[in-house]
Amino acid sequence: MSKIQDGLKYTETHEWVRVEGSVAVIGITDHAQEELTDIVHVDYPIGVGESVEKGSDCVVIESCKAAADLYAPVSGKVTETNEGLADNPAEVNDDPYGKGWIIKIEMSDPSQLDVLMDADAYRAHSE
Amino acid sequence: MVFLPHTPGDTQDMLNTLGLKSVDDLFSMIPAKLKNPPIEFPPALTEMEIQSLMESVAAQNRGAQCLSFLGGGAYQHFIPQAVFALISRGDFSTAYTPYQPEVSQGTLQAIFEFQTMISRLTGMSAANAGVYDGATALAESALMACRATRKEKVLVARTVNPHYRRVMRTYLSAPGVEIVEIPARDGAVDLEALKAALDDDTAAFFIQQPNYFGVLEPVDSLAPLFEGKKALLGAAAYPHSLGVLKTPGAWGAQIVCGDLQSVGIPLSFGGPYSGFMACREDLVRHLPGRIVGQAKDADGRDGYVLTLQTREQHIRRAKATSNICTNQALCALSATIFLAMMGPRGLRGAAAQSVRQAHKLYDALCSIEGVKPMFGQPFYNEFALELPAPAAAVIAEAKKDGVLPGIHLKAGEACDGEGLLVCATELTSDADVARCKEALKNAIDHVKTHAVV
Amino acid sequence: MPLDAFEPSLFELSHGEGGREWIPERGGADLASLIPSEHLAPEPAALPVVSEPEAVRHFTKLSRRNFSIESGFYPLGSCTMKYNPKICDSLAGLPGFARLHPEAGADMAQGTLRLMDDISGFLAQISGMDKVTTNPCAGAHGEFCGILMVRAYHEDRGDDRDVVLVPDSAHGTNPATAAMVGYKTVEVKSNSSGCVDLDDLKSKLNDKVAALMLTNPNTLGLFEKEILDIARVVHEAGALLYYDGANLNAIAGVARPGDMGFDVVHINLHKTFSTPHGGGGPGAGPVGVKQRLIPYLPTPLIEKSGEEYTLNYDSPKSIGQLSTFYGNVGIVLRAYVYMRMHGKEGIRRNSEHAVLNARYLKHLLKDHIPPEIDAPGMHEFVLTMKDKSRFGEFNAMGLAKNLIDRGFHAPTVYFPLIVKEALMMEPTETESKRTLEEFAATVVDILNEAARDPEKAMHAPYTTPVKRLDEVSAARNPVLVHPCCE
Repeated sequence: MSKIQDGLKYTETHEWVRVEGSVAVIGITDHAQEELTDIVHVDYPIGVGESVEKGSDCVVIESCKAAADLYAPVSGKVTETNEGLADNPAEVNDDPYGKGWIIKIEMSDPSQLDVLMDADAYRAHSE
Repeated sequence: MVFLPHTPGDTQDMLNTLGLKSVDDLFSMIPAKLKNPPIEFPPALTEMEIQSLMESVAAQNRGAQCLSFLGGGAYQHFIPQAVFALISRGDFSTAYTPYQPEVSQGTLQAIFEFQTMISRLTGMSAANAGVYDGATALAESALMACRATRKEKVLVARTVNPHYRRVMRTYLSAPGVEIVEIPARDGAVDLEALKAALDDDTAAFFIQQPNYFGVLEPVDSLAPLFEGKKALLGAAAYPHSLGVLKTPGAWGAQIVCGDLQSVGIPLSFGGPYSGFMACREDLVRHLPGRIVGQAKDADGRDGYVLTLQTREQHIRRAKATSNICTNQALCALSATIFLAMMGPRGLRGAAAQSVRQAHKLYDALCSIEGVKPMFGQPFYNEFALELPAPAAAVIAEAKKDGVLPGIHLKAGEACDGEGLLVCATELTSDADVARCKEALKNAIDHVKTHAVV
Repeated sequence: MPLDAFEPSLFELSHGEGGREWIPERGGADLASLIPSEHLAPEPAALPVVSEPEAVRHFTKLSRRNFSIESGFYPLGSCTMKYNPKICDSLAGLPGFARLHPEAGADMAQGTLRLMDDISGFLAQISGMDKVTTNPCAGAHGEFCGILMVRAYHEDRGDDRDVVLVPDSAHGTNPATAAMVGYKTVEVKSNSSGCVDLDDLKSKLNDKVAALMLTNPNTLGLFEKEILDIARVVHEAGALLYYDGANLNAIAGVARPGDMGFDVVHINLHKTFSTPHGGGGPGAGPVGVKQRLIPYLPTPLIEKSGEEYTLNYDSPKSIGQLSTFYGNVGIVLRAYVYMRMHGKEGIRRNSEHAVLNARYLKHLLKDHIPPEIDAPGMHEFVLTMKDKSRFGEFNAMGLAKNLIDRGFHAPTVYFPLIVKEALMMEPTETESKRTLEEFAATVVDILNEAARDPEKAMHAPYTTPVKRLDEVSAARNPVLVHPCCE
């Protein structure tokens, strides 16, 4: 069974969000990494300092035989990408809620978080 | 019946097993009004008949019997016989795309060797397994530069092969990429015009070395113009010439593309050839098409697989880097075998001989009264001439004499003036040089005489 | 599968120095006096140095590490891997064809131009279209050409459309092509009988839709019976109907896309007309169109005035040029030979036997692995191993790899995407009844073995030059060239 961590916000497209002040730390859920199988590359077509719109595809997460888009759960400016994944993309598989985080966004409209699911709702959604 | 293994008995047995009366029953799901359309088609021929038909049609290609001084992107270079013998092996020529690596190690390893040789020849760090031809390689390179820089303007020198530039227009018009052509000065790119056009919206600039007119472009002056700019420097190369010329990597190119025809592929009226694309390491994930990588098997043995496949259409579908799947694998294999056969010494010898024979030819033709070089630039194995009579008529006259003296440069198309683009290779003998001069001189005299009349 | 031991790469075989001179000495000036020194490479290219016998042996060994249609059966769905006649290769390589320079001029190339024009006519007849170009270099290049024409057509009429519809069972090239031409793709669902869901199609058709791209028979090997209704609703919406000719081998000579209402078709010559696959090309992807799309055909156009063939680059509404010269002419010539040796009856007989073979093989296998859709199919069929209660952990990939151990190529697996644990098989017409029976018996034997010893079956193949390769590490740390000697 895939892990779902309490205290995070979740999207229907299997991203998670951890709120750190005005910054949203975003990754993909344990379920998503399992579906993708071994992650071989994380591609950031959008760089630090650039703006993203909620719902837009801003990162591509690739396994050998599949590629999935990460859809921004919130709008805002990218403050950081996970540079460690360049050398070790397996962290997305091994520690999806920790070292395998993917992108940080300075939120322009924190109220966008309100429509996201909490852990229980995501658990129900995934079943 | 030609290539079917079924006996009438087999066919009947199989139909019986399926509970069908006749082969027509196999198509019962097709609406009746669509079936049995009127098709006009000549009757079937036996192998004997088709052989004699094709031989007689081949003889109608008068161009194949002429002494040719044509280049312009397709070159008649020497090809060792071993190349043909090896690519004719059914295990290469009738194999499928290497999607099942365990039974495709031959093709995969050959592609890996190809990628390595192309990377080394061009001075790049990686190459793909090839694309359709030189022109589509340039177009795909331009699209790749747009993806990598996320910009939508591409500059291209007007001295790049006009066919390449046309194909580039076809490919780039679709996603709406703007193309700006950089004018020429005396047959080479106008560096001042390039400098003025190179702005922050530019994805890349592409130049051909040697260019369409055989002129050696001032490539060493290019890299400094790109310092501090996001725009990439792209090159279309003539791989055979890299036996003697400096690699594009050495003069700062970041993407190198071109046609492999010159290294082991027959002319065949324009195809099949193969294009190649090579690039710097940081651009690898933007390459289109197949790429082979090394891998270990379950027992730790070295092997090869198609890799970075998420760029490709069968996985990424609408978001793929290109729709290309079938490319020109067997032609790329020809190039691989050719380069292995020739080796550094053989390629250098052939390339150098091409240059020498071209310069002999240049001297011979320029000694004809009224014939002048179009440009005052150093050239490789091709050069443009101005003739003292209309080029089309001169070419037509030389053809009657069994000589194809060059490509007609029409005024306002590839260049401003009208002229003749002439090429020599290592296959051009000294006698061929003399024959070309004679034929061109006679043709010019004939045209001039008849124009007066 | 021949078992050739490990073969080092050319770079490991290289002597590093020496090498052969191939060119006769002809004298002439020193290179440095002809070309300014700044253009010259300081040293020879970093190519391997091997003797001819070593090179010949190296590539011969590599070839023996390949499976090929000449060594065995490829039940490879959607790929039409049939026997490639030797005569086609040898005639296309006649010096009169091979030595012809593309810039020789039309007057010097009358033979080749005549064949290209003739084959365009044959393909127009077989596809039911009004005009065919042989310029595209492969199926995907043909798709690109066809969809560019679709766009040119709508733009010419001032009709602003930005969507291409593609069935969920489509080849990956279809959405990739639409994207290359600047279209958004919208998927059309398949219904429970494996065909286009007409209601879903209707709901997605509107004045923004430029075209529907369709394969018929589709990738499940089923004929789209409602094709005439599909064509009607597509045309009523002002859109065009695009035919992906990947599966033409099922119906060539029997029914024509043009009669079904298709406006544009591409035809993979390396499939239906059996030019060698070459380990991934060269192929050729001629495109046929109906009258209203003729003005947009790519340049150059081969035209005939009297008995003289010419090349025309001046076509104002054309989508432009697709390749340096005229496409993969040598491949087109091979297909010409193939077509002339068959005639229309022979081409029809191929389709009949392609369908007969597929139906027969499906019949032999269906009690052992269930078909996704159990309806009379055409030249290919799709089985599914999704039923875990029946197959346990053994899956389509496992079966594929075990077949390799038994001397067969694997079928297409995990495609079409709408079928879980899919095995897609296309025997083609050039396989004998006996081969099909041996293949089916082998599949059954593998299933029995896998039930007995699942662990062993899951790790096949065992007899190949390499075992399963670690594609994950290869993608994480790509090694794409042999480490350099620098």
